[in-house]
Amino acid sequence: MDAARPYLAAFSSRFLLMLQYRAAAIAGFATQCWWGGIKVMIYAAFFAAAPGAAAASPMTLVQVITYTWLAQALLALTPWSADPEVALSVRTGSVAYDRLRPVDTYSLWYVRGAAWMASRALPRAALMLLGAGLVLPLIGLSDWAWKPPPTLAAAAAFAISLPLALALSAAFLMIVNIIVAATLTDRGINVLFNSLIIVFSGNLLPLALYPDWAQTALLVQPFAGMMDIPLRLYVGQLSGTGALAGLGLQAFWTVALILLGRWAMARVMRRLEVQGG
Amino acid sequence: MPQILVEDLAKTYRVAERDPGLLGAVKGLVHRRHRTVQALRDVSFSLEAGELLGFIGPNGAGKSTTIKILSGILKPDAGLVQVNGRVPFTDRIAHVSRIGVVFGQRTQLWWDLPVSEGFDLLADIYRVEPARYRANRDELVALLRLERVLDQPVRQLSLGQRMRAEIAAALLHEPDILFLDEPTIGLDAPSKLAVREVVRRLNRERGVTVLLTTHDMHDIEALAERVIVIGHGQVLADSPFETLRANVLAERRLVVDFAHAAPDLNLPGVEVRSRKGQTLELAFDPARTPTPTLIAALAAAHEVVDIHVGEPAIEEVIARFYDLHGAGEA
Repeated sequence: MDAARPYLAAFSSRFLLMLQYRAAAIAGFATQCWWGGIKVMIYAAFFAAAPGAAAASPMTLVQVITYTWLAQALLALTPWSADPEVALSVRTGSVAYDRLRPVDTYSLWYVRGAAWMASRALPRAALMLLGAGLVLPLIGLSDWAWKPPPTLAAAAAFAISLPLALALSAAFLMIVNIIVAATLTDRGINVLFNSLIIVFSGNLLPLALYPDWAQTALLVQPFAGMMDIPLRLYVGQLSGTGALAGLGLQAFWTVALILLGRWAMARVMRRLEVQGG
Repeated sequence: MPQILVEDLAKTYRVAERDPGLLGAVKGLVHRRHRTVQALRDVSFSLEAGELLGFIGPNGAGKSTTIKILSGILKPDAGLVQVNGRVPFTDRIAHVSRIGVVFGQRTQLWWDLPVSEGFDLLADIYRVEPARYRANRDELVALLRLERVLDQPVRQLSLGQRMRAEIAAALLHEPDILFLDEPTIGLDAPSKLAVREVVRRLNRERGVTVLLTTHDMHDIEALAERVIVIGHGQVLADSPFETLRANVLAERRLVVDFAHAAPDLNLPGVEVRSRKGQTLELAFDPARTPTPTLIAALAAAHEVVDIHVGEPAIEEVIARFYDLHGAGEA
């Protein structure tokens, strides 16, 4: 317990602080509603216009709609940009203080990053569930609503997969943070990874809807585990051995990225230069 | 065995350089030029537990680099460093749990958190036992007069308040050694006095070893028994402050108010430093011209209203010392 105390404290402190930013959460929710609505209508148009293709689709329209709302709700769980706190501390040199704490710097940054993503996702997801999951059916638009998981097994798989997605995203966030620490700026790296993440996490289009020949590659790449795998588990598109494989891939990439991140961090810290002062 | 042992420490930085203008920027895209800057050459010194050491030198001399190496943040290129028998960078986690560090130019408290929550978080990070933490915090809050700012977010504190909070934050885990890197920079007089008072008490009453860098010679005069002067990454002097002052500047100052317009003086070994109406400021070497002799000569020849004997300002002593060693800022 005492061993975990610094990390738990760092996590809860960041989490509680970030929850204070209500305006940001509401603005994020509004944007994501807007995009979610547009995407749902586009998918509906595609499915209606090509009944043949729709029948052969690996996902039904109902699954795609729920997937879309979920993807909008959990957007903040993907590592969109370097942790702004790390970027700032690297620029101002406060990173020196992180090295003065009697804790493992990688773990400290990791839990802070995880708290940052979780605290941003939580209010947005709650609002989205309220809007797309409750309000839409109540006003008679249940065809367009966020639906509960189809089976208990799907719900259970999602419940395991979501924390894994956070762990994986935080591990990837650390790679971004370490690049920022090495290059002293977060500009280029944020732009570069943004586009990768939006495509390969399934946020732009569910990965299952890409051509068949790309399916294996899309499933095994690390970004799938940040969003696509938990969402496919939720809607029941991945089940049985597929579900196990999905969870396994998430765990594998989390461990791999943590190992890579720890190795890179040790290298960066050895040649760290805290400038000025 | 001394508590802090530094031998032949060396550290270089790589500095990126760019030619000025657009052409330089484009060239920089293709080929980066780097220059190596020798921040520390062969710094050696040692410190016993309970000492209070002042570290002075011009900007860029290597003071902060030394502190960063001693605190485990930077890895030296060569040389031996041991603090409490540990090598700071290699044994970082065990090492940093026993030291406290304040960088006057940076903040270790969380900008958006109230001071008290920042303290709580640090106590968790250092795994300070709760009862000890509370006792410690209350003592520091009283000592540093922080009662009124505890509930305020750090971003709303004045610089003086923030620096006092920073010092408290560095002491919550009861470190044996305190590194202070320019702790009084930019502070007003009462805040400086408060900081000095706290440092003195920690050193005297709790036996905390203190290593302090500053550009404010009054900090050194008020606190440090021993001073290391560093310049160009080398130790230029390591001595009690009074010795340093006496060695570098034996000069005395005499300010004389005359009843009438100040006369033109022509006394051997006496230099007129300034002339303002009826007042002259004289500089002389007391070994060559004893002070009583000079005063007697002045009083005999002129109608003198007041005489005040002084010493040159400490800043002058140091500036002269830097010049003497060619250690002015590069």
